[in-house]
Amino acid sequence: MINIPPAFIYIIGALLIPLVRVRRLQQSLALLIPIFAMTMLLRMPQGVYWQVQFLDYELILGRVDRLSLLFAYIFVIISFISMVYAIHIKEMGQHVFAYLYVGSTLGVVFAGDLFSLFFFWEVMAAASVFLIWYNKTPASLKAGFRYAMVHLFGGAILLGGIVMQVSTTGSIAFTPFDLSTLSAKFILFGFLINAAVPPLHAWLPDAYPEGTITGSVFMTAFTTKSAVYVLARGFAGTELLIWLGAIMTLYGVIYAVIEKDIRRLLAYHIVSQVGYMVCAVGLGTEMAINGAGAHAFCHIIYKAVLFMGMGSVIYVTGRRNILDLKGRNLYKKMPITLVLYMVGAFSISAVPLFNGFVSKTMIVAAAGYDHRPVIELMLHLASVGTFLSVGLKLPWGVWFGKSDGTEDEIADVKEPPLNMRFGMGLGALLCIITGIFPQTLYKLLPYEVHFHPYAPSHVVASLQLLLLTLAGFCLYTNKLMAGKKSISLDTDWFYRVFGYSILLFCTYPLNRLRNLIQTAFANKTKAIAILSKHPYALLEIVWYALIGQEKSMSELVQPPYEEKNYRIPVGIGVCASLIFLFLYALIYMRVAG
Amino acid sequence: MKTTLRRIMLAAIIAVFLLGFLFPNPHPHFWWQKIPVFDIFFGFFGSIGLIVFAKWLGHNWLLKDKDYYNHD
Repeated sequence: MINIPPAFIYIIGALLIPLVRVRRLQQSLALLIPIFAMTMLLRMPQGVYWQVQFLDYELILGRVDRLSLLFAYIFVIISFISMVYAIHIKEMGQHVFAYLYVGSTLGVVFAGDLFSLFFFWEVMAAASVFLIWYNKTPASLKAGFRYAMVHLFGGAILLGGIVMQVSTTGSIAFTPFDLSTLSAKFILFGFLINAAVPPLHAWLPDAYPEGTITGSVFMTAFTTKSAVYVLARGFAGTELLIWLGAIMTLYGVIYAVIEKDIRRLLAYHIVSQVGYMVCAVGLGTEMAINGAGAHAFCHIIYKAVLFMGMGSVIYVTGRRNILDLKGRNLYKKMPITLVLYMVGAFSISAVPLFNGFVSKTMIVAAAGYDHRPVIELMLHLASVGTFLSVGLKLPWGVWFGKSDGTEDEIADVKEPPLNMRFGMGLGALLCIITGIFPQTLYKLLPYEVHFHPYAPSHVVASLQLLLLTLAGFCLYTNKLMAGKKSISLDTDWFYRVFGYSILLFCTYPLNRLRNLIQTAFANKTKAIAILSKHPYALLEIVWYALIGQEKSMSELVQPPYEEKNYRIPVGIGVCASLIFLFLYALIYMRVAG
Repeated sequence: MKTTLRRIMLAAIIAVFLLGFLFPNPHPHFWWQKIPVFDIFFGFFGSIGLIVFAKWLGHNWLLKDKDYYNHD
């Protein structure tokens, strides 16, 4: 085994990419890195590796167990698929930052201590923001800055928690936290920001639709799912997470119903799907943790397929809004993309034989086993909403849709490049394989699985749910598709409007107040300075005040010394010395003579 | 075409309705899991409820003009 942590395979690989100048070699290198990482992962036995002494602490860069391996496998798999999808990109910077992002996520997954966790956590945020900025639009620039600010804020909170944790316990080990301590609350807050838990989620639907077509595919996989992983490590069984997760599932679904931007709609469904995982982590039972891991695995694949599908639509049409796409009969022009997208859509909707069915139902069942009726119903309802938006509304709006006769045709639309189709195809294939053969996935889960997704009653219940959701959609299609281009308010309002108002308040009224105070103090200081040059003026002021005469300071204080008023010109000096020399010469000659 | 699709859908719904009785949930945790056709109603009213509620929320509160944030 080559003794190098998987995180560094990507990070070193990312730094090597710019050094290779031949494009084909560069592409090969980009594709070889995940293959190399995967072969390493497959040969990596469980245990603790790469302990590094740092100050008085021991960093652990390789805590390898079933949970970390599960997440590492899927991160490496998806990095390969996403790179296949992105390989046509000529800007190598995008590949570099994508792999720095992947590498740092693997660093988080294998981190056994809080310091290295924090280090990789920050690299993750810093690298991913470039995947937004590379889109090079004013909107992406601003969204990127907001994304960076939110994540740096989250990072600072996390660091605060870690520092408190280390100073109170003296240990930097990343073990389950005790939520009664303040440090654990800070750490949880930092994790929840990355997991996009409302109301801390707005960075996600704000930033992901603004990223590059290929960069966003990377982004869907890593940040939120690594947060699910650290939550599962540190906060499994936390009651709060059950409720936050269940609320998340419905929150995302409701926004997706009204959303018209195709990638923003999908982004809200990341919030919703991550809600299932957060809820499962909160439940904390073996079945629930298995469900969280399995769902993270499946979600990463189908969400990548969905983002790749919609990315392809944006790539070939240049349009990103359902209202600009409906009624253009894109299904005739991009049938392959449609089919591959639908595989992802069926997967996220938990249609039997697709991978979401084998993972999502495990979480819903875990809520049942834990006797939580409200949670079970909330998760169930979110399933309905998922199929409604991602499985029906989005494909209907993008590929079919009713023409109202006013639309402009989209010229020259064809399927996206081969590598993009191939990437989507790989993802879709994995969705189907894990859907039909769930044991391939269940074997990787942290605990032994006693769950049979394909029990007949289970399949029938799912089909009932899905078919009647379809019926509801058919009845309300017009209402669902209606609307005009708009923005949906979310909690980013607090920093985009409220925060902006605070900025304006600081810039104008508060700054004016500062100026007033500063000028007043400056004047007083000036008066004191003048007075201290001429202290006797104080007596004069008192004296004139006593005899009732008004005298201003400037009248009393003598004008300051001006050199040019008192300096004797040089000419006088020269003249005096000449006269002196003359007299001296005269006396000398007289004495000598 | 449209009527055929409708007929297929109706047939499918009837099929899953009957199948619900054939395959009841062997390990129900809650009372509604004992109802064989619960998911039929849940899917139908759930989807319509979500559409109506979300649209109402969007119309009255969440949806703003696309230039709403343009100051920044």
